[in-house]
Amino acid sequence: MFDGLGKKLGVVFDRLRGRGALSEADVDLALREVRTALLEADVALSVVRDFIDAVRPKAIGADVVRSVTPGQMVVKIVHDHLVEMLGGATTDLDFQAVPPVVVLMVGLQGSGKTTSTAKIAYRLTQGPQGMAGDAFGGSFAVRRKVLMASLDVVRPAAQQQLKILGEQAGVATLPIVPFEQPLSITRRALEEARKGGFDVLMLDTAGRLAIDEKLMAEVAAVRDLAKPTETLLVADAMTGQDAVVTARAFNEKIGVTGIVLTRVDGDARGGAALSMRAVTGRPIKLIGVGEKIDALEQFHPDRIANRILGMGDIVSLVERAAETIDKEDADKLAAKIRKGQFDLDDLASQLRQLRKMGGMQGLLGMLPGAAQAKAAMASGKLDEKLLRRQEAIIQSMTPKERRNPDMIHASRKRRIAAGAGMQVQDVNKLLKQHAEMQKMMKRVNKLGEKGFMRSLGNMMPPGFPRG
Amino acid sequence: MSEPKKSWFGRLKDGLAKSTQRVTQAITAVFTKKKLDQATLDELEDVLIQADLGVAVADRLVSNLKRTRFDKEVTDEDVRGAFAQDIAAILAPVAIPLAIDPARKPHVVLVIGVNGSGKTTTIGKLAKRLVEDGKSVSIAAGDTFRAAAVEQLKIWGERAGVPVMSRDTGADAAGLAFDAFQGAKADGTDVLLIDTAGRLQNKTGLMEELAKIVRVIRKLDPAAPHSCLLVLDATVGQNAHSQVEVFKDMVQVDGLVVTKLDGSAKGGVLVALAERFKLPVVAIGVGEGIDDLRPFDATHFARSLMGLETAS
Repeated sequence: MFDGLGKKLGVVFDRLRGRGALSEADVDLALREVRTALLEADVALSVVRDFIDAVRPKAIGADVVRSVTPGQMVVKIVHDHLVEMLGGATTDLDFQAVPPVVVLMVGLQGSGKTTSTAKIAYRLTQGPQGMAGDAFGGSFAVRRKVLMASLDVVRPAAQQQLKILGEQAGVATLPIVPFEQPLSITRRALEEARKGGFDVLMLDTAGRLAIDEKLMAEVAAVRDLAKPTETLLVADAMTGQDAVVTARAFNEKIGVTGIVLTRVDGDARGGAALSMRAVTGRPIKLIGVGEKIDALEQFHPDRIANRILGMGDIVSLVERAAETIDKEDADKLAAKIRKGQFDLDDLASQLRQLRKMGGMQGLLGMLPGAAQAKAAMASGKLDEKLLRRQEAIIQSMTPKERRNPDMIHASRKRRIAAGAGMQVQDVNKLLKQHAEMQKMMKRVNKLGEKGFMRSLGNMMPPGFPRG
Repeated sequence: MSEPKKSWFGRLKDGLAKSTQRVTQAITAVFTKKKLDQATLDELEDVLIQADLGVAVADRLVSNLKRTRFDKEVTDEDVRGAFAQDIAAILAPVAIPLAIDPARKPHVVLVIGVNGSGKTTTIGKLAKRLVEDGKSVSIAAGDTFRAAAVEQLKIWGERAGVPVMSRDTGADAAGLAFDAFQGAKADGTDVLLIDTAGRLQNKTGLMEELAKIVRVIRKLDPAAPHSCLLVLDATVGQNAHSQVEVFKDMVQVDGLVVTKLDGSAKGGVLVALAERFKLPVVAIGVGEGIDDLRPFDATHFARSLMGLETAS
């Protein structure tokens, strides 16, 4: 239901060709679309308003560079401001204190505190080991001895959950004493951490509503006792307008030093990130990207900005692909995409990878300009079985045919269809799909080489005036 | 399900009161002006958007108001009443409680949703309600993924006085569901509640696993699960659309439960969902206590959301 902002602006600016500077009327028209796009991405209304107010003066009178269109210009201004508001650069955790450095985890029920606690602890105990490339840096590059303690005496078996996660991750947890209350658990945890020579103590708290005065007072008491260096607000990327209320309340009552955004591997647009950042002024430090213990990443503002604007996230796509495809395959694929050589062999291996990677739909959502393909797939009911059938069709081709699909004419199609137990029209469909993918890949590849502006142009609907 | 009338509304209102406050204040602030003009309408639209109703639904509600009352002198109460009425009209058709078919023994209820939406807690509360209704209930702890999920559900089972079938973490959820179904059948249990692991709707593998659970229990009864409830967190924004759409596609969801309505989130996306998917909202969660599951009442919900006293 969400179309990319680029496409929407394309329509708005279809009428405006080759003007020198953006007029006030042009900008207002465009910003109306920006507003809707941000709201649909769950950015809180108050934040949207501030955002628009800040972008407007930047956009009015901005010279439209010769090679771009007004729509592209506005998108660029919006994008840049969004990145700036999201914090510009990645931020790591602060451990500049006398050990044990205390990290306090707070948030609503079900936001993912316990899982995030274990993930962060795991990451810290790993140190530089097992880090993928530039995935983590700064304070994460040092191996630390971590103790985790759960103060959640509300949710049944919450303490046990952390204990089990600790066992799985190889991170120490404070032994559970039944019926012990949060403050005395904290006291015991501090002592244990000191005595045991731990570098970091992570305190996982019970989920609480920001408006629950009693529970907020309780966590404030824990804070006063433990004096955390980091107080991380854990929030779900799927959060709607409430993000701003929750973030403000936690920041005012507890004092937040950073935000952990969870379930970023879902298909939510993640507008909550912008809302919370804007309201608290605190950086988003980490994002949760899966259920596994190592599914934790540092936050890259530009990637979330693209996602909020519905403009795809090519870097995440490549990284996600790299998780399942091995590095070498990924390099090969990237090279092929770059050259626009994407043959049926690649498609076949892609089909296999796609099944592993957890869904074509999710993956396509990350590709710029793929909204159409995604819709086509949804309507065509593309499912796992179809993926397997398409693989079968490709397997029925000769290696030569796979490298050079153009040579596949009627009689070859009949042979291939018979070989795969399919109809000729299925073969046609596959070939057409491949051709479309190839076209898409060619568009994607320009992102890296010709830069941001160019890629925007390619996202505009056909017939959209270019430079 | 029997429920003392005044108590349920009291509890709901308590829960919603905090959510409501902001909406009410905002609307009241708008109506110091009285005459309904475009600026006022724009502000009203903002108020609805802040309740997560979404741009499209907010647009429609506001244009409806514009059509009927534009340029007229209106009071704050008028406008809130009109909105409440319109919202209630959208929600009324979906306010359908969970119907347990007594002929099925057991009536199988599959509970699904994304991670952290409140499935396990909802099952605990639901079990208690059904027991109070005189039904015999058993629970299958189908979240075999999350650490200590089984232990969590077992505690809820104890509180509700209901047996919980479980297997080790990592076990096959479909197999557990099958065995629990067979066991409940043999015992002549009225209701079997099946918990599932939380899953994001864009994870194809996990969604397939869910489809498998349904496939497997259908081997015992082609009509099972007799109810498939999707649990939604009230704090969720527009992603709720995607959640309902995908889960519905995968396993024929036939009811929604909205949780955490006692927070500051308004769950306004429910209005848009009701309009688009027309799925029954069988219950709402308003707290962490075992009694904090309530039937969904469209008028009360709409009026409470708009900060109005109930007429009844």
